[in-house]
Amino acid sequence: MSTSSLFVTLAVLIAVAYVLGRGRSMALADHSQRGFRNLNSLPFYYGMLTALWCGIPSLLLVALWLMLDGNAIDQLLIAQLPGEVAALSHAELGLVLNNIKNLALGNMVGANPEPYMVEAASTLTALQRSSQMAMTVAAISVAMVLSIIAWLRINPQQKARLQVETAFKVILLACASLAILTTIGIVFSVIFESLQFFKTVPVSDFLFGLQWSPQMAIRADQVGSSGAFGVIPLFVGTLLISLIAMIVAVPAGLMSAIYLSEYASSRVRSMVKPALEVLAGIPTVVYGFFAALTVAPFVRDSGVWAFEFLGLPMQISSESALAAGLVMGIMIIPFVSSLSDDVITAVPQSMRDGSLGLGATKSETIKQVVIPAALPGIVGGILLAVSRAIGETMIVVMAAGLAANLTANPLDTVTTVTVQIVTLLVGDQEFDSPKTLSAFALGLVLFVVTLALNYVALHVVRKYREQYE
Amino acid sequence: MTELNAVAQATIAQAVETPAAAAASSASYETVGQPFLDSGAKMSMRDVDVFYGDKQAIFNVGLDIGQNEVLAMIGPSGCGKSTFLRCLNRMNDTIDICRVTGQLQLEGQNIYDPKLDVVPLRARVGMVFQKPNPFPKSIYDNVAYGPRIHGLVSRRAELDEVVETSLRKASLWEEVKDRLHAPGTGLSGGQQQRLCIARTIAVSPEVILMDEPCSALDPIATAKIEELIAELSENFTIAIVTHSMQQAARVSHRTAYFHLGKLIEVNDTEKVFTNPDHELTEAYITGRFG
Amino acid sequence: MNKPSSHDTGANVENTMSTIDKVNRNLAKRYRKEKTFRAMGIASIAFGLLCLVVLFTDIIGKGHSAFLQTYIKLHVDLSTEMLYIDDPSDPHQIAAADYQGALKEALKERFPEVTDRRQKRNLYGIVSNGAGFQLRQMVEENPALLNTQLDVWVAADDDYDTYYKSRGEGEAYTGRFNEEQISWIEALIADGAVKKRFNTTFFTAGDSREPEQAGIRGAMMGSLFTLLVTLALSFPIGVAAAVYLEEYAPKNRFTDFIEVNINNLAAVPSIIFGLLGLAIFINFMEMPRSVPLVGGFVLTLMTLPTIIISSRAAIQAVPPSIREAAMGIGASKMQVILHHVLPLALPGMLTGTIIGMAQALGETAPLLMIGMVAFIVDIPGGITDPATALPVQIFLWADSPERAFVERTSAAIMVLLGFLILMNTLAVWLRKRLERRW
Repeated sequence: MSTSSLFVTLAVLIAVAYVLGRGRSMALADHSQRGFRNLNSLPFYYGMLTALWCGIPSLLLVALWLMLDGNAIDQLLIAQLPGEVAALSHAELGLVLNNIKNLALGNMVGANPEPYMVEAASTLTALQRSSQMAMTVAAISVAMVLSIIAWLRINPQQKARLQVETAFKVILLACASLAILTTIGIVFSVIFESLQFFKTVPVSDFLFGLQWSPQMAIRADQVGSSGAFGVIPLFVGTLLISLIAMIVAVPAGLMSAIYLSEYASSRVRSMVKPALEVLAGIPTVVYGFFAALTVAPFVRDSGVWAFEFLGLPMQISSESALAAGLVMGIMIIPFVSSLSDDVITAVPQSMRDGSLGLGATKSETIKQVVIPAALPGIVGGILLAVSRAIGETMIVVMAAGLAANLTANPLDTVTTVTVQIVTLLVGDQEFDSPKTLSAFALGLVLFVVTLALNYVALHVVRKYREQYE
Repeated sequence: MTELNAVAQATIAQAVETPAAAAASSASYETVGQPFLDSGAKMSMRDVDVFYGDKQAIFNVGLDIGQNEVLAMIGPSGCGKSTFLRCLNRMNDTIDICRVTGQLQLEGQNIYDPKLDVVPLRARVGMVFQKPNPFPKSIYDNVAYGPRIHGLVSRRAELDEVVETSLRKASLWEEVKDRLHAPGTGLSGGQQQRLCIARTIAVSPEVILMDEPCSALDPIATAKIEELIAELSENFTIAIVTHSMQQAARVSHRTAYFHLGKLIEVNDTEKVFTNPDHELTEAYITGRFG
Repeated sequence: MNKPSSHDTGANVENTMSTIDKVNRNLAKRYRKEKTFRAMGIASIAFGLLCLVVLFTDIIGKGHSAFLQTYIKLHVDLSTEMLYIDDPSDPHQIAAADYQGALKEALKERFPEVTDRRQKRNLYGIVSNGAGFQLRQMVEENPALLNTQLDVWVAADDDYDTYYKSRGEGEAYTGRFNEEQISWIEALIADGAVKKRFNTTFFTAGDSREPEQAGIRGAMMGSLFTLLVTLALSFPIGVAAAVYLEEYAPKNRFTDFIEVNINNLAAVPSIIFGLLGLAIFINFMEMPRSVPLVGGFVLTLMTLPTIIISSRAAIQAVPPSIREAAMGIGASKMQVILHHVLPLALPGMLTGTIIGMAQALGETAPLLMIGMVAFIVDIPGGITDPATALPVQIFLWADSPERAFVERTSAAIMVLLGFLILMNTLAVWLRKRLERRW
């Protein structure tokens, strides 16, 4: 039975279990004069209890099975392979397995697959089929046996409501804990691969190296000429682009927020605010397209024109950090503006009154009272914006370059951490080459940096809010 | 902004919903006692109406405030006394929906003249608020704020002097002279309010408006502020809104009684508290409502 | 009690006079600063709005032409000899016939002067590679067309399409054209044999290397399936998590830890979620690459924090008095939640979910990581078929060198933005319509 029809079958079984459980409790109630009052709980809860026993264990079983059967089948398959093949290195073994899987799917693998491969492919098909069969049988029998037991145990004294409510609470808790699981998943996925990477490239070379060229020799006889994995140029590139973005976004966003919250009439605010928020809703890939096809050529052309005019012997790259940073800045304007808007409106009106009552002008009040009062919140918001700029991917992938130049010149091409992650991981990759693994090390760095920024920023903002609550 | 609007909303609600309001608002009325001074009026108001949106909060109020006088405004909550006070230096401008009509004059100059600039007006008519609202700056910077923005002093030494004098006048100097650069928000509530008073007098205004300056303070701090008001009245004209009749009796020379947006009675403080002319005033003084 | 001091101190008057003079002296300067500050605010807003306008006009300016496609009228001879068909009743033969040859013949007849072999190849390139399929479809639908001669409108090749579209506005795009190529298309235009029609291919076809045959249907279906998976998972899980945190969670370290995690995940870069998907779902669990199912998983994890945060706000907005009223008549906690809290909080939760879905629809980076970036021609039919998504398609086309892909990329962006605007409008409408004020 295919997995999807198994799910449908289970759903039907759950519904049947509910109806039967409910029916049994009602039948029990009918036998006494007190009717439903004879039951500890409403029939609904007896039905739910039976349905839960039917559904939850079986669904968990299926989920676990689907998660683990791939690896288990691989192990069984490897055990069947001829000795000399099974003894191959991890990477080559993976390649062989891949070929066998393709063969099993009926795809062409080279001209003449070796006989052991053909044999293994048929074993694989058989294994997969029996695994699927075993899963179906196991899941359906678990569902049926447990719901029958639950059904038989229904009696008027059973505290069905309490049990169902406990189950409800546990399910809710499990959903809430998914956030923790996700974090753990992220940490594990980046740390595990990074550790493997750091076996080949020392941490110090990675963190303090000044050169980044991950193109490794693929052939075995070239192992000596490995690539360079110094992450400093990527950091510098990321920071340069983020800095340009912040130079655009912070003044524009902050001043917009100030104008909207302190000067604008409510009519203007109700029209301008949503319009600015449209900027925040535009997908980053659209900004990337805009940066690469419109802004970058414009920046280059106007740069060429300006340098010619000034007679400077300078060059401006068509993938300049300036273009990517500018567009990223535009993207971040609404982010800065809405965060600042929140903290500025949180400054109590009494403080503005105090200043206005002394005869200060509006701008004096804003500059000398409101902004200093809101400063911690604004700083927190800016930190969040920086974290966003550092983690932004599509704009830089489309508009910044790939060349890892160690430069602070905004007219030059630089590359960023996210660009490299995408470049290294898009397309086919073998999981054993340092080139692929280095992407996870970059991911680790990115995660740690943004996590730290977010943590500090959220902490600052929360402390700020508490101050005025 | 929202906080203020909430205040405005509450005022509107009270002005409209109280049953007595409907009865009182329909008929025209006359303020009893002596609202007007023959001479020496620092500020004089005539026929003042205030509206929040289309709801009227102040009805046809006429009143003079004399030079170096302490005028107390009392009345049940929502009676419009704070709203009226805020008209006197146009703090009501910060509420979008608020509209003021009538003549309000400071030494013969129309306060609500559209051509009048509120900045120098507020430099002449300062305000102390209900809740102490020191800026998140040092004590020194709080007091120096006004002189700095107005450019009243040109040298540091002069500024130091202004700060010291103002803090002394607000009888705060002895308590804070060793920590002038500590944040003003770290002071106690009573000290904060005196700091706000010092901040106001550092600009040397002619009139000081006080909006229930002691309502957030404990009795000891209140006593200090009241003492201070008495001292300040030698140099400044003061209009104070208060909830506490005792306070009005202690600090003021004249008392104005507001009721549901109307100015019912104005008389010498002694007279108001011993032998009021109007029955509403008497009812309020004797605690039949409040 | 102090009575008003009747003697005005002269010094006091002088003092205040000088104060107000000092104030007035500086006023002009202060108002200049005030004006400058205000102008800076207006300039910032104008800058933001200008960016918005430039972005939209740029995209629409580049993309609007992609909704039209240039067609060329050819006089085609559909005789069986020409198509190499022996038996006109055999559907196999009709399907396998040489329609491209018939088109080439028609072009040769129209431009008999072209004899050089290279030039001939250029000439045949004037119509799309897909034109043959178009002819086949016509004949399959109506076999009576065999052995007739008729005028057919066939799609032009992308370069000629671009040339024709840019002809009206100043200098036309000539790209790699030589003199002859321009003269042919001009001759056809003079004949009235070139016109623009609505580009249905763009909405009905999957991806293609040939711009005039490329469409966004495949990417749209991919996005749809991905979003369905995301919605089916993230809405129930997000609501459940929010209910737990608001209604059940005790004040302890574990709850704090959950909250810290949610808040941090909301700000983790999306590409990190892609790494998670690659390492856990694809590498560890061996799920297939490039499928909407895995894309949906990754986007679920990414949008969950958004949904949880907005659902919690919606639950907080339900006044405690409602809960107390229900509990007061003996409802259990679960009944209070299911009967009262959830129905009242639902509009707010839906609004948050739609906004989360809009975010997921525009997301590209994590999908690149899990391989939804492959070149896929077939239109996916389910959540386990290889697919791309609309934003990924935009990314892929933006990288293509053909000039005709620029307008198609912009058009795809217009479609994407259209969906996003629709979703956000729906969210706003829902909030206005259903949210009640307490």
